[in-house]
Amino acid sequence: MITGILTSALLLWTPLAIAAMGGLLHRVGGVVNIGLEGQMLVGALIGALVSGATGNWALGVLAAGAAGGVVGLLMSLCVTRLGANEIIAGLGFTIVLSGLIGYLLRSVFDVSGTLRVTGLDPLPRVLGLDPLFLLAVVLVPVIAWSLRNTAAGLRLRATGDGFDAATALGIPANGIRDIAGTIAGMLAGIAGSHLVLGQVGLFNEDMVAGRGFIALAAFYFGRARPLPTALACLLFAVFDATQARLQTSGVPAQLIQTLPYLVVIAVLTATAVRDARGKSRRAG
Amino acid sequence: MSVRLGARGVSRAFGAVRANQGVDVEVRAGTVHAVVGENGAGKTTLMRILYGLDQPDSGTVVIGDRPVRLRGAADGIANGIGLVPQELAMIGSLTLLENLVLGAEPRRGVRIDWARARAEAEELASDVGVELPWTAVADTVSISVRQQTEILRALRRGADVLILDEPTAALAPAQVDDLLRLLRELRDAGRTVVFISHKVDEVLAVADEITVMRGGKVITTRRADAVDRAELIELIVGEHVRTTGFVPSAVIGDEVLTVDGDVALSVRAGEIVGVAGIAGSGQDELVERVVGLRPAGGRITLSGKDITALAVDRRRAAGLGYISGERRAEGLSMDASLADNAIAGTHRAIGRRGWLAPSKVRRYAKRVLDSYSVRYGRLTAAARTLSGGNQQRVVIGRELDRAPALLVAAGPTRGVDVLGMAYIHDQLRALRDNGSGVLLVSEQLDELLELSDRIVVLHGGRVAGELPGGPESRTAVGALMLGRKAS
Repeated sequence: MITGILTSALLLWTPLAIAAMGGLLHRVGGVVNIGLEGQMLVGALIGALVSGATGNWALGVLAAGAAGGVVGLLMSLCVTRLGANEIIAGLGFTIVLSGLIGYLLRSVFDVSGTLRVTGLDPLPRVLGLDPLFLLAVVLVPVIAWSLRNTAAGLRLRATGDGFDAATALGIPANGIRDIAGTIAGMLAGIAGSHLVLGQVGLFNEDMVAGRGFIALAAFYFGRARPLPTALACLLFAVFDATQARLQTSGVPAQLIQTLPYLVVIAVLTATAVRDARGKSRRAG
Repeated sequence: MSVRLGARGVSRAFGAVRANQGVDVEVRAGTVHAVVGENGAGKTTLMRILYGLDQPDSGTVVIGDRPVRLRGAADGIANGIGLVPQELAMIGSLTLLENLVLGAEPRRGVRIDWARARAEAEELASDVGVELPWTAVADTVSISVRQQTEILRALRRGADVLILDEPTAALAPAQVDDLLRLLRELRDAGRTVVFISHKVDEVLAVADEITVMRGGKVITTRRADAVDRAELIELIVGEHVRTTGFVPSAVIGDEVLTVDGDVALSVRAGEIVGVAGIAGSGQDELVERVVGLRPAGGRITLSGKDITALAVDRRRAAGLGYISGERRAEGLSMDASLADNAIAGTHRAIGRRGWLAPSKVRRYAKRVLDSYSVRYGRLTAAARTLSGGNQQRVVIGRELDRAPALLVAAGPTRGVDVLGMAYIHDQLRALRDNGSGVLLVSEQLDELLELSDRIVVLHGGRVAGELPGGPESRTAVGALMLGRKAS
């Protein structure tokens, strides 16, 4: 049972970690990306459609990334060029996209909520692990290293911590934010495609189920550092896998399904308490 | 090429505020050129235009005798101009080395060549004779060190004109001397320095030429050796300023405030106790502990009563007043009306059973604002519609009108011009002479020396020593601020 939980935890960890890495980059650049949820949903749908149409999982994943990237760029432009509030823009995009997708399912595909794509090519697996799992594993150290050791990483950190100061140095801070927002959208889109191609095998309009927001909580908990963020995702994934197993134990499923979310609230509370303690210690 | 950098007929307005009006300036190559004036005289606007961060509505920037259009900071940098702004453009979470190379990183393939960056940094630093902790995070080092890093950054980017905006505002006296020496060295090495300040003595000590600005216009440009101190002050202010100078307290009573802990001190009735120290030496913590904004160990008493466990409102009821240096964040509610701001904290006394009678509120607010010479239109106007100096008068009036047993004044004249400052100083002295105690925290040593009966110097979060007030203590206080023994 334990190995079963672990395997499925890694499966559930993959999309969370990929989306969280995208959100993390955006956060380091100074924008809180509330739109991950909607971008994941777009990625899931496009990934399913393109994989089905081409019969190629890789093209599905790429298309999902591209679609998420476009949404991410549009959202970022709203924030950086039109001065929209990042919270409102992120929430707005998520709500509009989920409404739009629900409408498309009913009007174009003539289904109510769940879309089975014929000829869908799922992710291949080696020893129970798929290519996107490897992508997530590689992304964590690569992002950590790049933030420290590349000019792009340094400028992204500078933009996030001192927007005006960076601008005064001739760094195109808004452009950097747009790039970060686009990458965040791409990664969220790819994460969304994993839900379809790596897990369920069909598309449902509710399938993201708050994972974009969990990813948000993860990079908050990890203070926008890649490894702690990835571990926070793992914590959630383990509890998500556990609740899936516990559903057969006789306790009402709805209650058990809240377990991972309860863990998120508990962890965020613990983080806040730790921060408050640290603050008063320094003061004392 | 005699004029390295200049402005011809530059005007710039922000809404109704005409920050620059037909400004003409010529900065000669290889000189230190000071631009002096009060807050709001238009110095910073002019500098941002000269650097390319802002564009004039009319008129033009001149570089090397040629009119040019600067479209952004990158254009300024390309023309060899470096700006060290007042709010230092350092990224707090980055190391000094990261800050130095930011925007022009030496690379090897995709990665930054940190070894080369370090070597460049060391070479630059030794060229101008400073030593910097390159791997320290910017937030953890002193303002003086951050400033030196900024100067080196500008030099590294090929600047041969350095614009420094109020560089001495937050420095200790010895650090000011070091900076002025550095500026002279840069000039002697053939570079051009534009030095913005409102401190007359520093300007006279370092500048070759002085341009005086007032109300967005250039009043005059003089050679530094052709103008004396008194004349310069009068040019800056536009009228004769009466300053009271140091007047020690006549009658000192019992202790109204005692603080235990790392920073232990007391304030007696009829006494102004100044707290000196370079920024970040523990002043903020002290103020927040006394006012009750930060929980802390160590006992605090007010008029003999233990207030350690009391919340802010209870402390105020017990006789505490607070003038915050953070006017926008703590001093006023910028969107609330002047009347609401004037009664804030006193509203319980004015109201009855949770109801505030509008006529009573108006009468109270009008009396407070009028007796502290606030220039305002209507009581219902938002606080943000007033000028900075007037806003501060609202705060002063609100806090002093209650005649607190102890007033905590943290940077009470920050962002206030010379005339406003003289007024606030007189008010603080009057409060003291009426038997209140005043805990005065300020970044400005002159203010502390002139007002305080005693000066407590903080260094590294502890009390480094205590000295009497008055101008004679300047050197000793300055030494203690840097953690040296007073000699």
